Parts: sequence; C-alpha cells; structure tokens
Amino acid sequence: MASSIRVRATANGDITEVQVLIQHPMDTGFVKDAKGELIPAHFIQELKFEHNGNDVFVADWGTAVSKDPYVKFSFKGAKKGDDLKVSWTDNKGGSDTTTAKIS
Amino acid sequence: MTTTTGPLATRRLILQGAASVALIGLGNLPFAPAHAAANDKYPEEAFKQKSEADAIKALYGKTAEPSDKIKLDAPEIAENGGVVPISVTTTLDKVTSISFFVAENPSALAASYKIPDGTVPSVANRLKMAKTTNVTAIVEADGKLYSATKEVKVTVGGCGG
Repeated sequence: MASSIRVRATANGDITEVQVLIQHPMDTGFVKDAKGELIPAHFIQELKFEHNGNDVFVADWGTAVSKDPYVKFSFKGAKKGDDLKVSWTDNKGGSDTTTAKIS
Repeated sequence: MTTTTGPLATRRLILQGAASVALIGLGNLPFAPAHAAANDKYPEEAFKQKSEADAIKALYGKTAEPSDKIKLDAPEIAENGGVVPISVTTTLDKVTSISFFVAENPSALAASYKIPDGTVPSVANRLKMAKTTNVTAIVEADGKLYSATKEVKVTVGGCGG
C-alpha cells in the first residue's frame, strides 16, 4: 500500500522547509454516518520528524485538526541529500512511517 | 492445637490486608502532576478540556500575556469550517513550543507543536472550527507564555458533517 505520508523537504541555504500531507480521516467522534450512528473518534495524536536521530519537530494533535492534515515548518542544520524520517501514531494504535530525501 | 489455628489465620488475613493497602498507596505515587509541555507524553488531559483557559492551564500550568511579536495568520471569513488554514510566526527568542486553541470548539486545544533548538518558530496547519470563533496561538518562549488572538467568521461549521 502506498504510504499515507507525502513529504516535500527543500533545503535552501541553511534552512530546510518541510511540507507534509497525510491521508487520515481525523474523525472527531461528533459526526454521524448515513445510518445515523456516531462515527467513533479516529485521529492522529502524534506526528514526529527526525533528522540525524534528533527530533526537529513534534506535533501533538487533537480532533480539531482537519481531515487529511497538512503542516509546514522549517528547521536549520540539514543539507541536500539528508534523510528526514516522518512518523505518526493515531488514537486507535495505527501508525505509519516514511523517510524522505531532502532536495 | 486446634485452638491456635483460628487466631493465627485471622492474624494472617490482617497482615495480608495491611500489605495490599501499602501496595495501593505506593501505586498512587507515580501519578504526580506533570505538565505536558515539559515532557514528551501526549497531553491527553489538555485535549479533553472544554474551555480555552482550562486547556492552556492543563497544557502549560500558567497563563499567557498578549504579544505583538506573534503574527497569527487566519482568514477573516472561512466558508468551510472543516478546513481553515492557520499559520503563526514569531520573532520571539528561545521558542520551545507553539499551540493553537479554537475557543468555540467542543475542546479548545487543537494542536500543540514542540519546537526544538534549530527549528524555526513558524508553523502552518489546517484546523476545524465549529462556528465563528476566536483562534489563539500560544508561544512558549524562554519559559514564558505569549499569545495572539484573531476572530474567524465561519459560515459552515466543521463539526456537523
């Protein structure tokens, strides 16, 4: 299965800009389905970015983050060709990991 | 000999009882209050708080003061409350975390980001909003809390489907 994570990491001088898009329903637990039954909450709780074994950005999310979440940030100290590891875990124990090359 | 078994058995029961009470007492110790911003654990309690003030308190354990060094970018009017682009940048020094609060949502805390050394204190993301609401960004810098707030008018809420 294709990864749920799409990352674009671009180094520009000392600063690397990272954009990530994750496929995830991010159900709040307040919405009903077609049969009128509540869809239980299902959302990403933690999203982590690692470069050279160090955390460069850690997100703690609640249900108020939009479906198919997007996030953008920048960090210093990486160069083109470096690996950036991205991983998430959700409230139901689901998770995914991918490693992107910084371009 | 039969006369001694009775009292002995009772004594053993009492001792066992005392031991289990002691164990329960010890078991409670590790749950000393710890604030999420200070450690790596997911801040479950803070995400459960309904009001913005309670959520900030649960997450950081202190209150924030408004700062003009935080730039909060949010649309004036959001047509779809399910996807509202929100971003924040700050010129404050020694930023360790940035959090987003949506006051009118069922639980106010939306997202909290840890900013380690070397990461630029600037985050863009997309949040859901139930209705027209104030959005607050909290920046933790050098151990203090700073905030910026903006109102977003929502025409279609993001929590009703």
